Amino acid sequence: MTALVGDLWFYVLLVLAGFLPNEIWRWLGLVASRGIDEDSEILVWVRAVATAILAAVIAKLTIFAPGSLATIPLWLRLLGVAAGFAGFLAIRRSIFAGVVIAEIVLIGGALLIGL
Amino acid sequence: MSSETASIRPPAQAFAAGLRAAAFSVFAYVLFGTYIGIGALAHDFGFGLDWMLLSTVLVWAGPAQVILISALGAGAAPFEAAIAVGLSGVRLLPMVVSLLPIIRTPTTRMTELMLPTHLTAVSMWVESMRLVPQLPREERIPFCNGLGAGYLTSALIASAAGFYLAAKLPVLLTAGLLFLTPVSFLVSSARNARELVDMLALALGLLIGPALAYAQVELDIMWTGIVGGTVAYAVHRFRRRKA
Repeated sequence: MTALVGDLWFYVLLVLAGFLPNEIWRWLGLVASRGIDEDSEILVWVRAVATAILAAVIAKLTIFAPGSLATIPLWLRLLGVAAGFAGFLAIRRSIFAGVVIAEIVLIGGALLIGL
Repeated sequence: MSSETASIRPPAQAFAAGLRAAAFSVFAYVLFGTYIGIGALAHDFGFGLDWMLLSTVLVWAGPAQVILISALGAGAAPFEAAIAVGLSGVRLLPMVVSLLPIIRTPTTRMTELMLPTHLTAVSMWVESMRLVPQLPREERIPFCNGLGAGYLTSALIASAAGFYLAAKLPVLLTAGLLFLTPVSFLVSSARNARELVDMLALALGLLIGPALAYAQVELDIMWTGIVGGTVAYAVHRFRRRKA
């Protein structure tokens, strides 16, 4: 793989397999947003769809974890997310508190079980 | 000049205000950690630093970059990688659709919306939806551009740092960095969910998403959004009619 670094092919792949399939959704959003009023009722539904999709991404990243995160057992990842959410609710809805507590539980837990 | 127009800051100042908001937001630091993890991942799979930086500028979506790097790095077919990236990017469509009507003015041209459209990512969307309604309408586009540019800068610096540190980072630390994405997405969308409809959409998505993925339903993320979002919206409508 290292021999291929700098290979033009990987830049072509970046555009074809990374940039275009991702950016197309932004462009479609730009087109679809034309003529939609800020107070229009459809925006409430669109925001709900965006939030539900985001929730699905969160769940998938936790359950089907990428890269080195997969070395941490599933139960510990779920415990970390739950602890982070509880911490966020308990400490004046602070994103920072939620993230720090989730990380402490994940990494602390991994150290405790000898990973 | 009326007092109303006098209170509107010129675009450069509104852009700078967006940059400042980015620097003081927890997302700049969460993104920094996240992109150290992604930079290290790119290094481990044998990509070059310039490729990694370009992917951050062009793709500008953490989960899509993780999928792209892991799939291409593991030798998956480019078509498979493109499909996986495309499925993860669906969330950007409703985000752009809900953001643009809030930031544009009646005279805004389509070309002026290209930059905020590209800069839309979970971090920028969540913070824009929270901060922008308090600003005069004319300041909103440059503010969003500043916010997105600030986050992108943080991610680019971290991409490079992660790339160079990769060999020195213990596995447990990179695992912790990759864990930043789901955790920060969850608590930030929970913080923005002030109305019942948003809270329901979040809860339904967390339940339906894994269920559909487990059942190996195709396009599980898109279906989760449509079903979860629509049910949440239906409940919202039903409750309002009763009230």
